[in-house]
Amino acid sequence: MIHKVPEDLYYTKEHEWAYVDENIVTVGVTSYAQENLGEIVYAELPDEGQKVTQNEPFGVIESVKAVSDLYAPVSGTVIETNEGLMDKPGILNDDPWNDGWLIRIEMDTEKELASLIKAGEYKKLIAK
Amino acid sequence: MSDAKKTPLHKWHNENGGKMVNYAGWDMPVQYQKGLVSEHEFTRKKASLFDVSHMGEFRFVGSEALKALYFLSPSNVEKLEEGESCYSFFPNEQGGVVDDLLIYCFKKQKDYLICVNASNAEKIGEHIKKHSTDFDVQIVNECEMWGQVAIQGPEAIKMTTELISGVDKLERFHFGSFDYKDSSVIVARTGYTGEDGFEIFVSPDQTEELWKDLLAKGAEPCGLAARDTLRLEAALNLYGNELSEDCNPFERRMAWTVDFKKLNFMAKDRLVELKEKASRKLVGLKVLERAIPRAGYEVLDGDEVVGLVTSGTMSPSLSEPIAMVWIDKKSAESDKKLKVQIRKKQVEAQITPLPFLKNV
Repeated sequence: MIHKVPEDLYYTKEHEWAYVDENIVTVGVTSYAQENLGEIVYAELPDEGQKVTQNEPFGVIESVKAVSDLYAPVSGTVIETNEGLMDKPGILNDDPWNDGWLIRIEMDTEKELASLIKAGEYKKLIAK
Repeated sequence: MSDAKKTPLHKWHNENGGKMVNYAGWDMPVQYQKGLVSEHEFTRKKASLFDVSHMGEFRFVGSEALKALYFLSPSNVEKLEEGESCYSFFPNEQGGVVDDLLIYCFKKQKDYLICVNASNAEKIGEHIKKHSTDFDVQIVNECEMWGQVAIQGPEAIKMTTELISGVDKLERFHFGSFDYKDSSVIVARTGYTGEDGFEIFVSPDQTEELWKDLLAKGAEPCGLAARDTLRLEAALNLYGNELSEDCNPFERRMAWTVDFKKLNFMAKDRLVELKEKASRKLVGLKVLERAIPRAGYEVLDGDEVVGLVTSGTMSPSLSEPIAMVWIDKKSAESDKKLKVQIRKKQVEAQITPLPFLKNV
């Protein structure tokens, strides 16, 4: 299966995507990640106001068969979580790039973006 | 991955959307394109096919074949008549479980087949060899001699009977040799899903043909992931989760397979002690909040940790998080409210009868 990898996003090696709009970073998981997990049946996300740290777990998503940690692409404060996922975690499978977003972070420093990977590199990663 | 073992259906899985993973040294399909939940539901509604060719088989032949099995197993193998099978286990010298298995009687006293877990096949081979030297029995490793296909679900009997005539006459836990095209297969009315159905032993070169013929009758392939959720709903033990070399079988719902009236068998004295010492048991648990219990998570009664989850999942059939848990007997009363530690949270759960779901 060929997975779409939007050019305007940053990625982590753990298969999160990050969309940066000034100092607000929207975080989700990639199509490749949801496909590999299978049907997602549960999402555990941080509360608003909680601090997250780059490369550290901030929550989990679970398919029937496995638990998968979610890693923060940047450090900062959670300003919004996707409440819709609580009732319908399957959105993560149906629309991982849009409606399946996980959290919005107010990032501490733009400098951390330098350690994220770009679409080209991410494509190589999942082609392995 | 290149050194992983391949079943006779390996090529078929690869060509038909099987997502392959290493399982017990075998390259096996964890799921196909439709995915775990669809495969699980199809099994409960119609009938699914499972490639179980990775399972291990050993034959016991000779004048003391039964004597050897009578010693190795704590079950009433002496009561098996030709064409009957039973579920049992082989204890180690400490009374732990070397493997759980099915024993098939082909000819009373003289000819039996056992079917063991893929992960334990090598170990079981050594165990049998070590503990059967006193008996006039030849042990034949038949692992390479058989492909194995399971068909499970409410329509499994009908579909299989259309292809292999007469199999519908088999009772549960009975088996026989049946004509299939120009050769024959061994069909057993057993399974690992909580559904009626068959497990079919077939020669490796005919396995794919049988598989395709059953697909043509309307069955669909099902991978290992759904096999696990199906067996968990039916509360069937999985070696490595519920059973291990150092577990107490009397704390793992295996008591019914042990008959202490038997004169002598492997680790009998030790098993008597383990029965008396058993302080925990396996029970079913439903989690009442939105969170999924997983193997290894702690179970609490009030503030006290009283045991562990051995298997847990989001039940596709019940749409509820379920688990088998190994807990102190004093906390194991029916309907009792307990908690499961799921990461940082303690979630409400309640003891519920096992199996969670069973249609056979």
